[in-house]
Amino acid sequence: MILASTLTTNLAILVLAGFIGFVVISKVPNTLHTPLMSGTNAIHGIVLLGGLLLLGLAGLSAFSKVLLVIAVAFGTINIVGGFLVTDRMLEMFKSKPKPPSHDGEGKDAGAAHGGQDGK
Amino acid sequence: MSAVASATIFLQRESFIYVLYIIAFALFIQGLRGLAGPTSAVRGNRTAAVGMAIAVIATLLNREEGNWGLIALGIAIGMAVGVPAARQVKMTAMPQMVALFNGVGGGAVALISWVEFRNYGNSYAQGKLLVTNVNPAGLHAFPGPGGIIGRAGVLHGVALSSGPPTYVAIFSVFAAIVGSISFWGSNIAFGKLQEILPGRPITLGAAQQAVNLVLLVLALAAGVDLVAGAHSQLLFIGMLVCAALLGNAVVLPIGGADMPVVISMLNAFTGLSAAATGVALNNPALIVAGMIVGASGSILTNLMAVAMNRSIPAIVAGGFGGTGAVEGASGAGEHAGTVRSTTAADAAIQLAYANRVVIVPGYGMAVAQAQHAVRELTKELEARGVEVSYAIHPVAGRMPGHMNVLLAEADVPYDQLKEMDDANPEFPRTDVALVIGANDVTNPAAKNTPSSPIYGMPILEVSDSASVIVIKRSMNPGFAGIENELYYEPKTTMLFGDAKTAVSEIAAELSQL
Repeated sequence: MILASTLTTNLAILVLAGFIGFVVISKVPNTLHTPLMSGTNAIHGIVLLGGLLLLGLAGLSAFSKVLLVIAVAFGTINIVGGFLVTDRMLEMFKSKPKPPSHDGEGKDAGAAHGGQDGK
Repeated sequence: MSAVASATIFLQRESFIYVLYIIAFALFIQGLRGLAGPTSAVRGNRTAAVGMAIAVIATLLNREEGNWGLIALGIAIGMAVGVPAARQVKMTAMPQMVALFNGVGGGAVALISWVEFRNYGNSYAQGKLLVTNVNPAGLHAFPGPGGIIGRAGVLHGVALSSGPPTYVAIFSVFAAIVGSISFWGSNIAFGKLQEILPGRPITLGAAQQAVNLVLLVLALAAGVDLVAGAHSQLLFIGMLVCAALLGNAVVLPIGGADMPVVISMLNAFTGLSAAATGVALNNPALIVAGMIVGASGSILTNLMAVAMNRSIPAIVAGGFGGTGAVEGASGAGEHAGTVRSTTAADAAIQLAYANRVVIVPGYGMAVAQAQHAVRELTKELEARGVEVSYAIHPVAGRMPGHMNVLLAEADVPYDQLKEMDDANPEFPRTDVALVIGANDVTNPAAKNTPSSPIYGMPILEVSDSASVIVIKRSMNPGFAGIENELYYEPKTTMLFGDAKTAVSEIAAELSQL
């Protein structure tokens, strides 16, 4: 029997996530590239988790703690800044008339988006 | 055992935390799917944000978590800096803001890897193993080096005394190098876009490639040595410094016009380094989120490079502006003196009697915050029965979609925005093309001059229209440092001035006609 090690399991996750990334992202229209870059930028702020986990370790030196607090602060800036900026950008698209061409993804959103054109 | 206590124990179970991570990355994927359409994008972004909140909470549930004061401190600092920055940044400054947020992400990765290394170094030196602790949330779902050996670490202490499992070291070192490059590269990109640093390439000349290569080799050599078991702090710091210098050396020579591509590439880098950190820490949320960003960033980078007819290696190797500026200058010599300037009143008359006007916005509109004035002008023209649309080059401004965001802010209807492929066939039946602060994306040299550095880049073919009005601050060449032949064509008139002032003046003149 072949036992999956932590490494091989993680590598499998890595490869599959890469493919999901390609497939999901390939569909984004040009006009949304800036928000998309900003949104994915926010998502890699997830390195915050690494900082949190390491801060949980016993026996960290003072210097390590300083580094980790900076890392946590950086990660937090990345996350909250990234999502807020993306939200601000996207808000500007929200009250606009529906774009002419739409695929499945847009349909239900279009319906939920009735009384628009607010000034 | 009280109900509260058993509930707490349930919440801290490894599998429960793992499930929360799975929910979190499912939300990331769903959120990115939402970003595929303008109407679902807001929701998509919020979905991803919820996923992030879940991932953070799950991590804090980890029973080995400690140092709550420091965690609170770090998060508080991050909030205090990030929230106001994101709320107050102007839409025009968005590209550099994204660069900065990307940079701090890369910085976090590098710092985390450094602490990991310090921690491994110390604990192994003391004969103690921290593998169990380093595995986040004690996720020992899988037997293997990180799990079984970690738990039984003391027994295997001799075998492992040379360092952490090799793959952990490899991924940590990778994350440290790439994170450091991304941090410094993004900061330079920020400096250039914010115009703290000059937008033109800063290069070491012919030595540039050699220097980059040496820095890369040094960083890699240090990394290999560390993976092989060297425990020198100095070596690790040296590796970080080499990577930092490399980040600077790679981005400094890149001309401003290539900057969006660079930011996107660094975004992908940070994602990949986050994924590597995830493998080193055995954290599925990090792996999935980081890898998705790595994949999406790569696609985006490629799309942008294709739109500019540039290859990514050519951009990274630098030298967009160097030769271009020289050739552009000689081009300027041939044409000098044939530029015709116009006034707001003349431009207003020209526009008022047109049937069809296409507005070509560029970075100049963004810096001048002219989008609202442009919208007002459009309304004036439409009131007179002029058909107005906007032609958006994929890399107009300094990021794909930059112009769309700005014009959307000014309430320009989405269907008036034409992408390049739709806009170009329309120019021959356009009476006036109004170019507002766009330069390189309209430069006919991209079609006509094989020696031009932008030769082959798809452009908006504004010179096909009956006449062209260019609003521009001065005759200075654009961000890429190349002269624009368009300005010397007989059908082109130049209206010099700040885009916002000029457009407002035209609108004012129009209303008096």
